[in-house]
Amino acid sequence: MAKQEEIQAKIDAKIPEGPLAEKWTNYKAHQKLVNPANKRRLDIIVVGTGLAGASAAASLAEMGFNVLSFCIQDSPRRAHSIAAQGGINAAKNYQNDGDSVYRLFYDTIKGGDYRAREANVYRLAEVSNNIIDQCVAQGVPFAREYGGLLDNRSFGGAQVSRTFYAKGQTGQQLLLGAYSALSRQIGKGKVKMYSRYEMLDIVVIEGRARGIIARNLVTGRIERFFAHAVVVGSGGYGNTFFLSTNAMASNGSAAMQMYRKGAYFANPCYAQIHPTCIPVHGDFQSKLTLMSESLRNDGRIWVPKKIEDAKAMQAGKLKGRDIPEEDRDYYLERRYPAFGNLVPRDVASRAAKERCDAGFGVNATGLAVFLDFSDAIKRLGKDVVAAKYGNLFQMYEKIVDENPYEDPMMIFPAIHYTMGGIWVDYELQTSVQGLFCIGEANFSDHGANRLGASALMQGLADGYFVLPYTIQNYLADQISVPRMSTDLPEFVEAENAVKAKIEKLMAIQGKRSVDSIHRELGLTMWEYVGMGRTKAGLETAIAKIAEIRKEFWSNVFIPGTEDDLNVELEKALRLADFIEIGDLMARDALQREESCGGHFREEYQTPEGEALRQDDKFSFASCWKYMGEGVEPVMLKEPLDYEFTERKTRNYKN
Amino acid sequence: MEKTINITLKVWRQAGPKAKGGFETYKLDNISTDSSFLEMLDVLNEKLINERKEPVVFDHDCREGICGMCSLYINGHPHGPDSAITTCQLHMRKFKDGETITVEPWRSNAFPVIKDLMVDRRAYDKIIQAGGFVSVNTGGVPDANAIPIPKKDADEAMDAASCIGCGACAAACKNGSAMLFVAAKVSQLALLPQGKVEAARRAKAMVAKMDELGFGNCTNTGACAAECPKSVSLSNIARLNREFICAKFKD
Repeated sequence: MAKQEEIQAKIDAKIPEGPLAEKWTNYKAHQKLVNPANKRRLDIIVVGTGLAGASAAASLAEMGFNVLSFCIQDSPRRAHSIAAQGGINAAKNYQNDGDSVYRLFYDTIKGGDYRAREANVYRLAEVSNNIIDQCVAQGVPFAREYGGLLDNRSFGGAQVSRTFYAKGQTGQQLLLGAYSALSRQIGKGKVKMYSRYEMLDIVVIEGRARGIIARNLVTGRIERFFAHAVVVGSGGYGNTFFLSTNAMASNGSAAMQMYRKGAYFANPCYAQIHPTCIPVHGDFQSKLTLMSESLRNDGRIWVPKKIEDAKAMQAGKLKGRDIPEEDRDYYLERRYPAFGNLVPRDVASRAAKERCDAGFGVNATGLAVFLDFSDAIKRLGKDVVAAKYGNLFQMYEKIVDENPYEDPMMIFPAIHYTMGGIWVDYELQTSVQGLFCIGEANFSDHGANRLGASALMQGLADGYFVLPYTIQNYLADQISVPRMSTDLPEFVEAENAVKAKIEKLMAIQGKRSVDSIHRELGLTMWEYVGMGRTKAGLETAIAKIAEIRKEFWSNVFIPGTEDDLNVELEKALRLADFIEIGDLMARDALQREESCGGHFREEYQTPEGEALRQDDKFSFASCWKYMGEGVEPVMLKEPLDYEFTERKTRNYKN
Repeated sequence: MEKTINITLKVWRQAGPKAKGGFETYKLDNISTDSSFLEMLDVLNEKLINERKEPVVFDHDCREGICGMCSLYINGHPHGPDSAITTCQLHMRKFKDGETITVEPWRSNAFPVIKDLMVDRRAYDKIIQAGGFVSVNTGGVPDANAIPIPKKDADEAMDAASCIGCGACAAACKNGSAMLFVAAKVSQLALLPQGKVEAARRAKAMVAKMDELGFGNCTNTGACAAECPKSVSLSNIARLNREFICAKFKD
């Protein structure tokens, strides 16, 4: 115990003093800076080229640092931020509907079920406006009104319209903006781009991150890279569930590499289940497709009122359009009159699960609800609906082979985003000096639940407007550190460890494909660590994950060789980490004996089935510390003090 | 209701960039028509792995038609027989029972094969690096609403900007030209006041880089726009030509 207290004392979020609204301004006014001549002498590695990674790499290079940028795809433009559809929040108040920095801060804190740091979230809301200005200057074609000014739409968890969008492709347009800024710096030689490279370890020298070991995915060669600081923006770990809305190659391995080198993994159990995804329809399925939350602006969610209608639908005898208006249960509008179809994602997902568990699901598996646009088409006309959501409707039709203009869409919740991630302080630095973590990969701003259109905001806030400042406070003390040789023993050791792990995997030569084991892990996660969690279920999950770990390390089969392009080897390395993340998620969910945001423990709910927080016991971020292979991790706590907001039970009813 | 079909696949296999490639034939039974084309390839790969053979390598990532990573030439068409979609959005219901399906990598000099169906498309990144941006640094920009932009221009810029950089246009073109790709970016930025300042320089730099990288010339056959998964319009090429000629006149 003494040891734990000793480590405990070290958790310092480094939140600046002063009133909430002045913290960031004061920080910037007093932080250390690096002068232009010294910037040229400093190298920074940025892993990942999504919104956070690309914007950080571009901004740092513009400032004069030398940047080495890494991505696993063939081009930095492919990172999964590109798939974000609906929009990006900012507190511009262009619609004159009462928005403000404080209101965006408050909505985000409340939406996160009071499990995020106030200072971080306030800063996020503050810089949100700069992001929109920046993107417009880059030529991002946001939607506009006829008067030529920017248009907004509303999103879940807010009563104002503060979401900026570019059709249903906002993530794509913002990422291409960041990618173009990054490309400009690559062209100038300030960023050296390594595409089709995957980081396999962080190199730590005398307690500071000084480089990485990466595998060239085309040749299989393991290479060493030095930098004065390492920034990781590698996204979330939703693919632990096998089926998720994440891209196929999205993974949590970078996070686990940081964790094993001493960075805390915070709140791993906070995973977001998105309410509007296309339902699962077969065993061959490889991923789930999200239908943007923006659809809930005009679409109405319902299931039949009568159980016999639901049964007929499950048998394929009735269609949605056959059910008369009076026999439809618009359950979100019924349960949450104030927010209706625009309740936050966690609330909407649980409500769908509740109806389907009660037998009212509307497809063959009974695991789907309707998202219906017939009212919107009547009210606005088909053309207006098509202009707003056309590409989403097309996407749906191509996958499901049904026309959503005529038959209501069928949707069901799926794993979408992970609020948990690597612990960072106010400066976005992890518990390892010189190692920074940005975007979805960190845990910082969304608490236990993220609001729609806030992921893009956070990724770009971190990359454009926060990290480029805070990293200087660290680098200012590193200006006299020369570039180090990658022949140092720490680099050699790290490379040897990576090679040994790969050799061990290649030598198993068992009977099962990586995917077959990953699928098994996914089913376990969805069943026991999904939307409804219980003590017994989580204990079962931990036991099952241990079996899966054993099966993987004794029976996986990887064809080919390690010194060649080998997709199965890439997947196996990622799955080895997903198994450990799954374990960590289950442990974290087990200790958190309350329900909050995306974490719902069935033992802790109100009589109406709403989440029941236990503020007196669980008002902290759980920070998991790696203690060695096969050793149980230790959980430390960062207390969350609410100085500026009063914690309330989230109420979206009135 | 779920239907299944039996198919024969002829897949291009090539061990490396310099290796000699060839078609391999595989038979697959009971493929659900609800599965996507890539899920069908997953089934093939699972089968190959169970037979202790090397799976077919192909690029893919988001599997929802936006990342631009998937890049298969199916039955003679980039992204397959259906229109306005990427390979990952193609579903097996578009094929008949008993059909033989030919799968090849992108066919273009500028996109060399890495392995099997995976190609190197970094040439597109290099074109963007040559000028596909607005030269603004982070910070110090005007308020987003400071410059009103007519909705029509913004919408048109958005249509051009919907390019996903997959390479289907160059792969479809008999000349291997990247004109549609270049035109989409040049158009997007030329239509917006923010991009207008550098329009001439951008058009010249991107076209010069395209030529340097070994892409062919445009003869307006329109195959690019016909095969583009995002329906990027051929009119963008006209705009690029206009921008390019104007820029040259000013020299």
